[in-house]
Amino acid sequence: MVRRIFFETARTIVAIGAAFLLALIIIFSVSEDPGFALYHFIVAPLTTMRYIGNILEMTVPFIFTGLAMSMMFTAKQFNLGAEGGFFIGAVGATAVAITFEMPPVVLPFFAILAGGIAGGLGSTVPAVLKAKLNASELVSSLMLNFILFWFGIFLINNYFRDEMAGAMASYRLNPDARLFRILPGTRLHFGFIIALLFVVLVYLFLFRTRWGYAIRMTGQNIKFAEYSGINTTAVIIYSQIIGGFLAGIGGAVELLGMYSRFSWFQSPGYGWDGVIVAIMARNNPLLIPIFAIFLGYLRIGADVMARFSDVPSEVVAIIQGIMIVLVTAERLLAGWKHRVVVREQMKLEELKNGGLNNG
Amino acid sequence: MEVYLEAMEEILRMESITKVYPNGIVANKNVDFSVRKGEIHAIVGENGAGKSTLMKILFGMEQPEEGEIKLKGETINISSPSAAIRYGIGMVHQHFMLVPSLTVAENLVMGIEPKRNNFFFDYKKAVQMTDEVSKKYNLSIDPKAVVDTLAVGKKQKIEILKALVRGAEILILDEPTAVLTPQETKELFEELINLKNQGFTIIFISHKLKEVKQITDRLTILRNGRSMGVHDTKNTSEQEISRLMVGRDVLLKVEKEPAKPGKTVLKTNQLSYYSDADTPVVKKIDMDIKTGQILGIAGVEGNGQGELVDLLTGMKKASGGHILIHGKETTELSVKEVRDMKVSHIPEDRMIYGVSGDGSIEENLISDRFDEKKYNIRLLMNVKKLTELAKQLVADYSIRCASEKQQVRMLSGGNIQKVVVAREFSSEPELIIANQPTRGIDVGSTEFIRKQLVKLRDKGTAVLLVSADLNEVLELSDSLMVMYEGEIVAYFQDASVVTEMELGLYMLGLKRMSEKELGGVMSG
Repeated sequence: MVRRIFFETARTIVAIGAAFLLALIIIFSVSEDPGFALYHFIVAPLTTMRYIGNILEMTVPFIFTGLAMSMMFTAKQFNLGAEGGFFIGAVGATAVAITFEMPPVVLPFFAILAGGIAGGLGSTVPAVLKAKLNASELVSSLMLNFILFWFGIFLINNYFRDEMAGAMASYRLNPDARLFRILPGTRLHFGFIIALLFVVLVYLFLFRTRWGYAIRMTGQNIKFAEYSGINTTAVIIYSQIIGGFLAGIGGAVELLGMYSRFSWFQSPGYGWDGVIVAIMARNNPLLIPIFAIFLGYLRIGADVMARFSDVPSEVVAIIQGIMIVLVTAERLLAGWKHRVVVREQMKLEELKNGGLNNG
Repeated sequence: MEVYLEAMEEILRMESITKVYPNGIVANKNVDFSVRKGEIHAIVGENGAGKSTLMKILFGMEQPEEGEIKLKGETINISSPSAAIRYGIGMVHQHFMLVPSLTVAENLVMGIEPKRNNFFFDYKKAVQMTDEVSKKYNLSIDPKAVVDTLAVGKKQKIEILKALVRGAEILILDEPTAVLTPQETKELFEELINLKNQGFTIIFISHKLKEVKQITDRLTILRNGRSMGVHDTKNTSEQEISRLMVGRDVLLKVEKEPAKPGKTVLKTNQLSYYSDADTPVVKKIDMDIKTGQILGIAGVEGNGQGELVDLLTGMKKASGGHILIHGKETTELSVKEVRDMKVSHIPEDRMIYGVSGDGSIEENLISDRFDEKKYNIRLLMNVKKLTELAKQLVADYSIRCASEKQQVRMLSGGNIQKVVVAREFSSEPELIIANQPTRGIDVGSTEFIRKQLVKLRDKGTAVLLVSADLNEVLELSDSLMVMYEGEIVAYFQDASVVTEMELGLYMLGLKRMSEKELGGVMSG
């Protein structure tokens, strides 16, 4: 058990290290002043409160979509609908935040809940299609992302659009619905606390409840789960609905924390970032915030570097891609691991033999 | 230990082979092994002793950590099965590597197809080649038969021919008789002796001592990954071999009192299952198991036993007929509902159904009861209580592990099976459906599991035992049925009067009881 965690961690670190090395090579080859670029990529994001705030506020949507993906990946459901769920969740929160008058705390609660329900309803479609018709959730969730996106745009355009605003945007959100700031000098909002709360909730759900147990067993070996009497059809459905719910909450929290109107006319892409975070965290909810912060740090670093130096931020996108490939590479370090295992076993064997000879 | 360096020509030698698998299992440790030209050499040992690993190394499927292989005195490096074939080493696997939809000839020449004009596949030539080799080596087979339609024994012949056609001089047979009936085994042995007389060298992997005694010249014993020496077969008694294999004297006799059958627990009525519209797999089965009784089902694997078990446990839905447990119809119930009627199930394939290899021992032990009220406190599981349960079961069933949090995948086959058995036996079952409960596990675990089964029977549990191991069904069953092509073809109220040979005839479909005989005994 300890050895497994050790190797998994080592593999992640090596993958990140190798990707950074490659980044170094790329930066050195495209930049006139690589030292300057590197400084802004790696060190600068940690030097001012504003940048640190930027990193943390970016972490909030990553955590929610990362949790959503972990939930579905744990059940081995490759539903990539976090993108659509996130978007429609923000639309749902917008609708509530514009329409209703409620006291502070209560209104954001219902707006976020509405976002979660919207996301959950969305992912019910691929979930039921998979469970009843054995339609690949991968395909249907990808297609559903488009449907949810255009459905959201349709709702905003036809029911909540503020014609007086210059660009396409909704009416102003009720100020009582907005989440308050928690770190002076930054835009970091209460959503960060909500996100951390959900990390704990999702962890408890997956590892301490009977429903979480059913999800994990179904994901590990669905035939074993069926043989044991677990209702795997139900698991397939509720794991995806909860995933969509989490993504929807993420969208709602992001909107209420960062914006005064709904003004996305393209999908923000946080669903895909959730896939990255979940893969790096190996679906462990407790590791999600760590990798969310790491990804946020990379993004802000890339921004800063692109603004001040001659290295474009696309380079960082390439680095991210390489990192994911390496982290998911099961065989990375397999040779090293094998040698360590052999050495350990040989030592054990010698001990045992010594014992036998004496006995 | 004697050293064999006699005049007879040594053809192959493996020296101090050590193999460690990525999961840390030391499968071979400093194993020396050598064979002479023209002998039949057995490798014997319990399951998990390292026989298959040693042969996989020889056939290039695994690379050893240490050690070297010498062929006719020269050190060689066998990097892959194709390299092994080039060196004249052929292997017949336990699970056949054939394309079922193609003919015998097509399978035989796969990869070395004869060509017309250097391009087109020459089927006629392939048939001719097949005819020639099968005559030459006296392994009669119809080249144009589709593999799918052939019996297991014939399929094995194709595998042997495949190796011979590719120029094998050394043939490795991995547990060749495991899937054969006594009659087919006899035929195989005649063919092997014939090959030996033609100068072929045969390595015969087995744990059936009777067979080893019968046809091999020498034998190498493996225990726990180590060699226990080379012995001349004729100078070594079965008793001695078995002691060296296991490290102690074992008696696989299970002591049991005569059964005291009580009320009927499980009853089926004309139970049928079709895999598709017109392929019946289970045909109109009637049976009746009572409390305190072990009913055995013998049969060659794949004659519908697996499907029958799936029907009884709710994993498949019947196409016709009825299942009654304690008089209540369960035909349409889910797995969960059947389990709630105190039915336990030891599945045929433990790694696919019996456990989740990635899960911990604890997670695997609770899979049938994690949702019970007593293991949950409102929304959360009672982790403390579940761990206590796991610890208790690990101790009661002597599951050898570092802790109950260890991954099941890391355990040996016998201990994995003990995890399954611990879960299934500890739920106070009134009916146990055990499908191949001791397949592929060590003697110690086998003995333990069999004793537990008898113990539960004595407490009044009804047991349905499905096994391809004749010794097991004969040893444990109170009553016995034989399944052939989805039907019950024989029923013996008293299993102790049946012989292996007689069972073989029914298993092969050469003999069957009349309706009257079957029906007559059933009601009696």
